[in-house]
Amino acid sequence: MQTELLKPTDRGLYCPAGNFYVDAWKSVDQNIVTHAHADHARRGSKSYLAAKEGEQVLRTRLGSDAQIEFRRYGEPVSVNGVKVTLYPAGHILGSAQIRIEKDGYVVVLSGDYKREADSTCTAYESIRCHTFVTESTFGLPIYRWPNPEKVFEQINAWWRSNQEVGKASLVLAYSLGKAQRVLEGIDSSIGPIYTHGAVEKLNESYRDSGISLPSTTYVGEVDAKQTDWTKALIIAPPSVMGGSWIRRFGKLSSALASGWMQIRGTRRRRGLDSGFIVSDHVDWQGLIRSIEETEAQSVWVTHGYADVVARSLVEKGIDARTIETEFQGELLEQPSEASQTQDATDG
Amino acid sequence: MDDFTKLFWELDGTTKTSEKTAALENYLKNAEAADAAWAVFFLTGQRIRRLVGTKLLRDWATQKAQISDWLFEECYDRVGDLAETISLLVPSAELADRTPLHSLIQDKLLPLRELTAEEQRSRVLELWEHMSQPQIFVLGKLMTGAFRVGVSKQLVIRALSAYSGVESTTLAHRLSGTWEPNAESFEQLVDPESSEAPTSKPYPFFLANPLKDGPDKELKEPENWCAEWKWDGIRAQVIRRADETYIWSRGEELLTEQFPEIADCASQLPNGTVIDGEVVGWCQGESRPLPFSQLQRRLGRKRLGKKLLTEVPVALLAFDLLEKDGTDCREHSLEQRQADLAKILIGLSTERQEGQSLFPNTEPDSQEPAIRVAPPVSDSPIMTWEAMASCRARAKELRAEGLMLKRAGSIYQVGRPAGLWWKWKVDPFTIDAVLVYAQRGHGRRASLYTDYTFAVWKENELVPFAKAYSGLSDAEFRKVDAFVRKNTKEKFGPIRSVTPQLVFELAFENIQPSSRHKSGIAVRFPRISRWRHDKSVGEADRLETILALASDE
Repeated sequence: MQTELLKPTDRGLYCPAGNFYVDAWKSVDQNIVTHAHADHARRGSKSYLAAKEGEQVLRTRLGSDAQIEFRRYGEPVSVNGVKVTLYPAGHILGSAQIRIEKDGYVVVLSGDYKREADSTCTAYESIRCHTFVTESTFGLPIYRWPNPEKVFEQINAWWRSNQEVGKASLVLAYSLGKAQRVLEGIDSSIGPIYTHGAVEKLNESYRDSGISLPSTTYVGEVDAKQTDWTKALIIAPPSVMGGSWIRRFGKLSSALASGWMQIRGTRRRRGLDSGFIVSDHVDWQGLIRSIEETEAQSVWVTHGYADVVARSLVEKGIDARTIETEFQGELLEQPSEASQTQDATDG
Repeated sequence: MDDFTKLFWELDGTTKTSEKTAALENYLKNAEAADAAWAVFFLTGQRIRRLVGTKLLRDWATQKAQISDWLFEECYDRVGDLAETISLLVPSAELADRTPLHSLIQDKLLPLRELTAEEQRSRVLELWEHMSQPQIFVLGKLMTGAFRVGVSKQLVIRALSAYSGVESTTLAHRLSGTWEPNAESFEQLVDPESSEAPTSKPYPFFLANPLKDGPDKELKEPENWCAEWKWDGIRAQVIRRADETYIWSRGEELLTEQFPEIADCASQLPNGTVIDGEVVGWCQGESRPLPFSQLQRRLGRKRLGKKLLTEVPVALLAFDLLEKDGTDCREHSLEQRQADLAKILIGLSTERQEGQSLFPNTEPDSQEPAIRVAPPVSDSPIMTWEAMASCRARAKELRAEGLMLKRAGSIYQVGRPAGLWWKWKVDPFTIDAVLVYAQRGHGRRASLYTDYTFAVWKENELVPFAKAYSGLSDAEFRKVDAFVRKNTKEKFGPIRSVTPQLVFELAFENIQPSSRHKSGIAVRFPRISRWRHDKSVGEADRLETILALASDE
């Protein structure tokens, strides 16, 4: 087996033949980026390669002076003689799986991925390969996503009932990806939608990329005292909870949009009024199905329930191992504070 | 089943008492009596005997989900609740099952007990197939008899009262004892016309305020005050009316069945008698109460064994009379009431009225009646505060908490008005507080969660106000440690926040307003004086009570 095509190092997953890294967590010369979330796209590398679809979004993260080469999905590029092709991962706008091929041996790195299609990004594609490197954020069979339509119906109903009792509706969602997915899924005719600055900035990147989102107003643009928040839906990153930012809305019902909301205890411990199961990662069945579809002979499992997934794969006769990375998947805690992978799975 | 499931999730989804009560009231309005009966049954903490072993349920769910045993364990470990784990693993129906709650329980669940494991399996799998995920969860809770949803009996009673207009004391009484969950009993329960209840009704208790400075400063002339022991037991009212006996706690809990000795003795009282006193465990040999921890062994049991009845016999140390010959006598003077009380009690015999003696191994004539006048502090009037103080210093010998000082000639009031009744404890301040945070101890206790933060109520919120590290036995610490591990809500570094559930009595030396503490107070030398198993979180003290102590300093 051509393990030398890709190897885990303390800087990130490294391809010696092509002399490049994928999602390196330290500064390197050539870094291929799966998507723009902070634990995958880090500043400081000399040059980057990423999917064209995510150009606007990645620029907001890496800065306008970063040297980035953008490629369309499916359009191969040779990096020091190694054939590299990006394929959609369905996670957020511009998210990519990285297909690496040399001498007929193929490795695919999934990055973070999700199978349900939504209009904020190109849908996941299954790629056959010899070695598949997969995330495992929600790698336990208890994670079983409900039909997204049903979830958005729940959110709409919750918004309406808050309106009836004169409460503002605060949806907590990651600024990049989750927030736009929520926007795209809800019924925007119910009432006005406001956004936190971090969310609004990325909404602009999405709109600039040609993604149509319902119209939103940046909270900072209006006079809080003159605004009737009781009919409004407000989308903000989870880190606003407990801070003074939310005080301006008066009576408020808060809900977190996350796959972690599948579990009652997690929901209750957040001290939130509601939780909605909206995930931009695969659930257990999606994970197993995706792995099987790659027909990979060898599977590397990383960030999340890697041990559990690897053990299950071995039971199915698939050669699987876990590898250590510094990716975090979706954090349950506030992203700014949680620097340990453990927090994502522990709380 | 579907409405009940929704109710469960509504109750589970909020921590606000008002929202819980509203959800319950709304459920009661729309539910059929037969369903409401079962809902009340479960929510008031009653349970059906376990129908199916949890091991079997776990096996069936593992097979149904087509996963390995170890993977089920991983999931269970993550979720922390068996019924929920099962509901997340087995395939569920898209649409909710519409079977009414009472038919589900009576026709599908209760018969399970009579079946073989194989038959049980096919019935349970069929139930799962037709239920949505939240329903499978609630079903699991019903089947395993572990139905807890953060609703107290008192809260259910409040909702029932709001729904029916029946007074909560009446409802508490109607719900006591063996309450059969069926349509007829539910209708009787909420029937405002039914007249059976008033005979059970207690009077509101008159409560004392703590005395902080010496009595000479606050109370002036000693001859205006009567001293009694402040017993360390359970305050109770014994009611004898229409040939029925009721023993009520201060929390309006009916304790009649918990204390058969007292109930039995009370059957000799004339109808129309209400006595106020303190229930204690009594040590005949030492002529003083047993430690409070012994009395606690008598609480919360379905059945009282002979051994326990012999080891911890209880007595009502009576100190006031509230109703005499069917007439409310609370406006009579303290002296008058106590004289009448003594007259009534003097005629009581120790002989058991019905059936066998409760204490076959003891000589009946070695006992006093289970209801008796509380032993006096002194046989003669105490004339000086110095003499009172030296009496108070003897309180520990009698396992009393200190002295009660009652104004001569005073009437029996309602609640805790200042001025007429004072408690002058040996431990100057005690507060019932709720455990909210825990941290590992040091040294030999480094592996146990033994450092605690306690909170009291401020409006509907628990605010932390003191830390304490000492006062529990090692066995108790281990129990609290296990509780902390099972009930951790969040971790903040080494500190865990826990589900507010355990109540402890804290003692401290002094109390001061403090702007540095969120609670607004600082206490000096706080320590745990005991674990109040008998108190629920709702019965913990309020910050106002402590602030009142502080402001009087």
